[in-house]
Amino acid sequence: MKDFVTDTIKNLPPSGIRQFFELVIGMEDVISLGVGEPDFSTPWNICEAALYSIENGLTSYTSNSGLLELRQLISKHILKRSNVRFRPEKEILITVGVSEGLDLAMRTILDPGQELVIPEPCYVSYAPTVILAGGKPVAISTDPAKGFKLTPEELEAAITDKTRAILINYPCNPTGASYSADELEALAAVAKKHDLLIMSDEIYDELTYDHKHTPMVMCPSAAGRTLYFNGFSKAHAMTGWRIGYVAGPADIIAGMTKIHQYTMLCAPISGQVAACEALKNGAPAVEKMKTAYHRRRNFIVEGLNEIGLNCHMPEGSFYVFPSIRKFGLSSTEFCTRLLTEEKVAVVPGTAFGQCGEGHVRMCYAVDIEDIKTALSRIKNFCSRL
Amino acid sequence: MDPILEILEHNAKACPEDIAKMLGKDPQEVRDTIKKYEADNIILKYKTILNKEAIHDYASDSNAEVRALIEVKIIPQRDRGFDSVAERIYNFPEVTSCYLLSGGYDLLLVVEGATLASVANFVAQKLSPLENVRGTSTHFLLKKYKEDGDILTAGKQSDTRLQVSP
Repeated sequence: MKDFVTDTIKNLPPSGIRQFFELVIGMEDVISLGVGEPDFSTPWNICEAALYSIENGLTSYTSNSGLLELRQLISKHILKRSNVRFRPEKEILITVGVSEGLDLAMRTILDPGQELVIPEPCYVSYAPTVILAGGKPVAISTDPAKGFKLTPEELEAAITDKTRAILINYPCNPTGASYSADELEALAAVAKKHDLLIMSDEIYDELTYDHKHTPMVMCPSAAGRTLYFNGFSKAHAMTGWRIGYVAGPADIIAGMTKIHQYTMLCAPISGQVAACEALKNGAPAVEKMKTAYHRRRNFIVEGLNEIGLNCHMPEGSFYVFPSIRKFGLSSTEFCTRLLTEEKVAVVPGTAFGQCGEGHVRMCYAVDIEDIKTALSRIKNFCSRL
Repeated sequence: MDPILEILEHNAKACPEDIAKMLGKDPQEVRDTIKKYEADNIILKYKTILNKEAIHDYASDSNAEVRALIEVKIIPQRDRGFDSVAERIYNFPEVTSCYLLSGGYDLLLVVEGATLASVANFVAQKLSPLENVRGTSTHFLLKKYKEDGDILTAGKQSDTRLQVSP
């Protein structure tokens, strides 16, 4: 049989996370700080709402755009947080997680060869979805000394006549970096100057600890040119339900809906019902989980700095991204040895872009006792280096 | 509530150094605050929560206890309301909890004894004859599902997450 796999797929690099995942499988007594999801179960009121809907026969397709009630609730939620109103009928699409939303957006806005600017380190799927859409990802290496924040100058320098959009994620997976309203406006102003679309992935917005999160859509320069991505996975501990959403200009949402209707049809109805309950009654549980993450963040950052791993204080998400540069190992070597010698799983910074070299990602969505044990094992490991 | 109290309420073993790290405070400041709470009777004591349902199946423990919830109607006292009668009742060591409630009865007691007969005796000989007790209704506890926020029937939930994920 001939080779049916396309060159595009063959040339697509496998996720650095996947490679590391293979290493961990089968090992016992591993403390994993390599996860990318909450350690809490979905709050019971949300699960119960979904159970009730199943018992009552809500098992059909929904509208391609998603349940109108959910889009209305999302519209209200965004309005409350940003004072910007998106029309539920035309400007909001329910997706299978933010990941699907990003994929739809890339395929909607990119013609072959067009460029999309992505600050790195960043989530692993950004560049591959651009490539799969026929576009060209243009990475900007952000500076650890500036807290891995993109600057307007760096953005300006990356723009060419082929640039269509910029994709920004804050609070950031893997660095935890976030932006103030002024910093966001400065970036949005560059996008406006060059007539670029802004894709803003704010899935970790609720997990911002030291200041109030500013949605990109609030920035004057971003108005009308922003696709706002969010979902329920992180704040409501609903990763497995796979419900995300996109809000943005009606023409782009219509284009995305066209692809969504032919490929996905709709997001699962039980997840959408659960998401409605999350928006109606989920705030107290979100606050409780956020308090736990906040304390764990303080704990792990202080613990790592005590060990001598230079770790800046992340503003949000549930990751820390300490430097391991002083040990003279590559981040993959560091992670592999830490796993085999001390049974602690962390993720090499290079999984999130080449500029992640010299760093590792650790997730603190883990019980505090496990964080303590992991820190003591990391201390043992580092003392031998 | 002070986050220090909140952390200790959930984990009495949390040490001042760890609490200080979690809250971004100085360990000595946390130590001093805890001492003050202890002195002011805000922190009464540090207890271990046992799953007594599980103990009975463990190492053939034969000292199973019998627990009953007892509704008590009482006659309030002039100037002292329900408090003096309640005090008379809650001082019995068999009474492990005592609450004043609104509604059809006044006090709800949790009473523990070694056997069904010992709890029945306590009700018949100590509680019911009290001068200001108008009546009691005893419900023997058959199974505890959840207590103080902890689910007792399920085993420890294992972490089903992938060990490494994006």
